[in-house]
Amino acid sequence: MDWLNALIQGILLGGLYALFAAGLSLIFGVMRLVNIAHGDLIVLAAYMGLTTTIVLGVHPFVAMLLVIPAMALFGYVLQRGILNQTLGDDLLPPLLVTFGLSVIIQNALLEVYTADPQKMDAGALETASVSVGGLSLGILPLMTFGIAVVIIAGLQFIFYRTALGRAFRAVSDNQDIAQLMGLNRRHVFGLAMALALAVTAIAGILLGIRTSFDPSIGGGRLIFGFEAVIIGGLGNLWGTLAGGVILGAAQTLGAKIDPGWQLLAGHIVFLFILAIRPNGLFPRISG
Amino acid sequence: MPEPILNIDRLDAYYGDFQALYGVEMTVQEGEVLAIIGSNGAGKSTLLRSISGLMDNDADQIRYRSEPIGRLRADQIAKKGIALVPEGRQLFPSLSVEENLVIGGQVGRKGPWSLDKVFKLFPVLEERRSVASTSLSGGQQQMVAISRALMSNPDLILFDEISLGLAPVIIKSIYDALPGIVGEGMSAVIVEQDITKALSVSSRVYCLQEGRVSLTGLSDAVSREEISRAYFGVEQ
Amino acid sequence: MTTSQYSVSRSSNAARMATVFGVIALIILIAAPYWAGRADMRLMSELFLYLALASLWNLMAGYAGLVSVGQQAYVGFGGYMLFAATIFLGLHPMAAVAAAALLGALIAVPVALLIFRLRGAYFAIGTWVMAEVFRLSFSQISALGGGSGTSLPVGIVRSIAASRQSREAISYWLALGAAIIVVLAVYLFLRSRRGLALTAIRDNELAAQSLGIDIWRTKFLVYIVTAALTAMTGALIFLQKLRISPDAAFSVNDWTAFVIFIVVIGGIGTVEGPIIGTLIFFALRETLADLGTIYLMVLGAVAIIVMLKAPKGLWGLIRDRFDLQLFPLGYRVKKDDKEGT
Repeated sequence: MDWLNALIQGILLGGLYALFAAGLSLIFGVMRLVNIAHGDLIVLAAYMGLTTTIVLGVHPFVAMLLVIPAMALFGYVLQRGILNQTLGDDLLPPLLVTFGLSVIIQNALLEVYTADPQKMDAGALETASVSVGGLSLGILPLMTFGIAVVIIAGLQFIFYRTALGRAFRAVSDNQDIAQLMGLNRRHVFGLAMALALAVTAIAGILLGIRTSFDPSIGGGRLIFGFEAVIIGGLGNLWGTLAGGVILGAAQTLGAKIDPGWQLLAGHIVFLFILAIRPNGLFPRISG
Repeated sequence: MPEPILNIDRLDAYYGDFQALYGVEMTVQEGEVLAIIGSNGAGKSTLLRSISGLMDNDADQIRYRSEPIGRLRADQIAKKGIALVPEGRQLFPSLSVEENLVIGGQVGRKGPWSLDKVFKLFPVLEERRSVASTSLSGGQQQMVAISRALMSNPDLILFDEISLGLAPVIIKSIYDALPGIVGEGMSAVIVEQDITKALSVSSRVYCLQEGRVSLTGLSDAVSREEISRAYFGVEQ
Repeated sequence: MTTSQYSVSRSSNAARMATVFGVIALIILIAAPYWAGRADMRLMSELFLYLALASLWNLMAGYAGLVSVGQQAYVGFGGYMLFAATIFLGLHPMAAVAAAALLGALIAVPVALLIFRLRGAYFAIGTWVMAEVFRLSFSQISALGGGSGTSLPVGIVRSIAASRQSREAISYWLALGAAIIVVLAVYLFLRSRRGLALTAIRDNELAAQSLGIDIWRTKFLVYIVTAALTAMTGALIFLQKLRISPDAAFSVNDWTAFVIFIVVIGGIGTVEGPIIGTLIFFALRETLADLGTIYLMVLGAVAIIVMLKAPKGLWGLIRDRFDLQLFPLGYRVKKDDKEGT
């Protein structure tokens, strides 16, 4: 029963990792950009949530209503102001610029909030649970997983059913021809980053409610998101959810064996899948 | 003579250090079909890329309805009413046939062309509207590429090598559709390897050779000799 | 009668002068234990080891197109191998440094086989995952102090040399030697046939492929050699520190972020860039380090600005302006006017 419990906790944790991964996957899909600062942006969102809850005295979920648009706006400005200049055939500029950004965000957070771990207070929600078949499931992990499913379904809808998604796919296919269709790729990229950081805002606040956080943990969150993307298969949003679930389950089961094995177990599963299925478990079937 | 819809004035174009066009002068009149011929590498595609904004030029080198557009981005030029049917068709592989057409219409210009009208022009596209654009035959893909450009209701449409790599019977059906397209009052520039075809559909012709205009004239008045001299640059 | 002749050579006046100055500077540096204070020698040792790391990272990212953000894996691995080989096997520290390099190459083979499956930017994050795996694995080894780390036993430290003064001199010479070996190795490699192939790949992967250059094998070789030399450098770093812990050994900030900034600011894809970058980095650190986090933010911002506005770094700017090359890699054509030939 303990093992089953660990497995289910891991699956629910996977929802959070899928949210880490969704933003990463989205911007890679649209503009082939891998954002090294992605994890630090998640942590930034957590701190923005923390400040909002403290200053306005509101619940973290209410704070989300402010943090989401703020992060989206930041994403648009960041993309148009800096990241668009790095896009081209050369791999180095986007990688090194986002790496620099990662160091800047991390140290700015250290400067403002210090290295002390912080946590957001979600009140009674944090301890509430339901009993299902003898297992006690936390409401918060269940909600996190539910939110992840809804967000991924929403992204899937935007990508394949709306004019914005059509523009994303067209620009991703062929930037020049997309320009001929009246699409300004710089604006489209800005919107993609805005959407990615809106998802990141949700991920950051859910992270901040679930565990304590400090400015240095961004790199680890980037890695979890990245592992979920690769396990699931590049360019497949539902695969990303599956990747997150596999990673989450590996971590909680690893921790069950030995607490020191929690993260290592996740990495080992990732490397194992990379060894046997380098394109991930659910690679996108190209048309 | 009325004011031309497009006026190209001493246009130079570069790929890095390589100069592809040298002082090209050209006008397109309202409602006419203009043909551009020339051998591979003569600069035909570069000229169309410059007009449609995919290459950077000086503002005054290209004027559209008297407005300098040489510096504008491709998306801005598309909104002003110039559409390009690119060489090699270049459909969006992630988009279905219908999505490829709809995205062409997203430029937001009003005019006679709509999804229904395009489907009337090429009925086969309606049957295959929801399949992936990559699953179409070459000729059908070319129909989508032309229709996608038409969906933006342009005033000037540029065709780059639309018969390249297609079977003769397909080429014929596409060219048969052409009068119906330009009959709507649109101006057109056609880049074509097949000289006979180019002359038969156009009113005027320009020949490019190594980035320079080597011949201009009325399509039904230029002689074979003049063309081969302008085309190859040697007396024959 | 005067005819013009053209001769082709790699060398230039600037390069010859740089050689002369280089030799003089080297002699002065070798003599440092006789003229410099302890603190200065420590600082210079650290500078040399950073120069080695930066040159190696530059070889991978600037020439082989392998952008790694996980080289701390090999720095830490080398450090731990030094400790393991001296404590468990009783090797002399010098032998342990060599062993660390060898083991670094060995462990890099399976790592490369795995992460070479990832392309471009995903390769970069893959290297980071590997570094995390190394860090977490070494945290599990209780004989090496687990998560809190361990110190080098006094007996082993003494085996380097009896007096502290000569230990510090030897340690300094090792660091200087490592920097010279690495810079020379990178330079000679780039001049070799394989090195030229590498530059060809960087400039045009497709064209290089059509010339029959085996890209995968060349990149693989670069990765393994870089891993070995990075592990050697890591062993020397922790021979200086005499104490190791997983967090210090596998720190992404210390062993990768700083190194990337050094290379980007100095000039990526040039042999000279890492040298200039290391000098600037240490000059900035010694003057601004009191600012702490602000200093790091400034460093990050400078790197971003350099990447966007001068992607070939400071050395690129100098080279374009004065047509200088201190480590001649390309050939230049010279016109000689000669009488009556």
